[in-house]
Formats: sequence, C-alpha cells, structure tokens
Amino acid sequence: MSLLGNFDIAGSALSAQTVRLNTVASNLANAETVSGSAEDTYRARMPQFETIFNDAMTGSGDSASMGVQVRQVLESEAAPRQQYQPEHPMADEQGYIWLPNVNAVEEMANMISASRSYQSNVEVMNTSKQLLMRVLSLGQ
Amino acid sequence: MILSFDNAFGVHTRALSLYAQRSSVLASNLANADTPDYKARDIDFRSALGQAEAGLGKARHLQATHEKHFGVSGNEGDWSAETLYRTPLQPSLDGNTVDVQVEQAAFTDNAMRYMASLRFVTGRVQGLMTALRGE
Repeated sequence: MSLLGNFDIAGSALSAQTVRLNTVASNLANAETVSGSAEDTYRARMPQFETIFNDAMTGSGDSASMGVQVRQVLESEAAPRQQYQPEHPMADEQGYIWLPNVNAVEEMANMISASRSYQSNVEVMNTSKQLLMRVLSLGQ
Repeated sequence: MILSFDNAFGVHTRALSLYAQRSSVLASNLANADTPDYKARDIDFRSALGQAEAGLGKARHLQATHEKHFGVSGNEGDWSAETLYRTPLQPSLDGNTVDVQVEQAAFTDNAMRYMASLRFVTGRVQGLMTALRGE
C-alpha cells in the first residue's frame, strides 16, 4: 500500500534534515574554536543529499516512492580566518591564531531552511496518518 | 439488480489506489526538496485513471514466463501509473526543480480528493449494510 510508503519517504527526509541541523549546530558551536595552525582548524561542515532509488528502500519496483539520504558530509574549502594575536597561548611563531571558516549568517539561513523542510515532511506524515485512519474506520 | 462489490464502489476503488500512489510521488518531491539534481515528478491523473478503467495498466507489468525469471513487482490487478516530470517554473542553481509550495498545495489537494472518494465508498458500504439488514 503506497500510503504506508509515505512514512518511509517522509521519515528518510526527517533523518536527513536532522543531520543537516546537526551540522549547523556543530558549526555554530565551533564558530570561535581557536587553533594553532591552518590544518588543525575546524572547517564548516555540510551534508550532501542524494535520492534513494526505491529498490534499495522498499525492495519493490514501485517507481513512485523515492526517499532521501545523506551521501556524505563535506567540509568547506574556504580558507580559515587568520588573526594576529601574539599573546594568545596557541599562537604560532609569527603570532597568528586560526579561526574556523564558519559563516554564522549562512548557518542561520541553513537552519531555517532545514526546519521548514522538517515541518513540511511532518505535515506529510500527519496527512497520510489521517487518511489511513479514515480507511481503517471505513464502513463504520 | 445484482449486488457486486466491484460495481458497487464504481470508479472509487481505482481512484483511491491512484490517489495513494500520487501522494507517494508528491511526498517524494517534498522529501527531496533540498536534493541537488532531483527533478519533481507527478502523475497525469486523468489519463492514468482512464487507463486503469480500460484495464490497460496491467499490460505495463512484465510477465514472468519462466521459473528462472526474476520476480516482477505488482500482483494481478495491480497497476502503476506512469510518472512524468514537472515543467519547472523556477529551477534552482543546483538542478533541483521542486517548488515546495506547489508540492504542498498538490499534496493537500490530493488528500482532500482521497477523503472525498473515501466518503463515497463509506456511503456505499452503509447503503449495502442497510440493504442487508432490511430494517
């Protein structure tokens, strides 16, 4: 029954959006994490989504249902911020400390987008549940 | 008049199955709203229902004619509509063509139509029950 399949689809989207929210949380948490060299600096992370083709998900040839999953979590290629602060205990020989390349504004926008997507998928689940409940009470 | 469950529910049994299938397609669109290169899909309901009525949908399934053939999805009388791609109004730079508002509206519309068909079926069931009781 394809209405039950909606729970798999929306559920896969919920877990993918949760991963996205997680990366936003860890990016914001580490926005000011200082390190002594460019290599050791925390880099902003972002998940890359991909479509799950139904064969892997439901084992059926039903072409209607396609969920979503996180293929990998990528690290941002942007250069970390360099700051001259010779009195800092972690400063290198030249007196520089390194700060992550996290863009707080971008992260907030990402967070809102993830939460909106989460909401719309919960809505899909709710509607499918209501329809199924109506089917169960058929003829009463 | 011969009482037959197939005739009693009319087009609604097939319509319900098609609505359920369409809700899956629209749920997939919403789930993949942030997936790069995903193309939004939908079902042409009118032609799919027409094909289901004419019994043409069955022909689309593969037949296993040999014991060593792989199992084919869908059992007798089960049919699936062909999914088509939406014409994008405003595709994203990442190749995604899902417009969340359009999909949400279509999903709600589809759910209401499902409810309506279900209401008709419920009415028929109640009618049959009344006829059976003979009160």
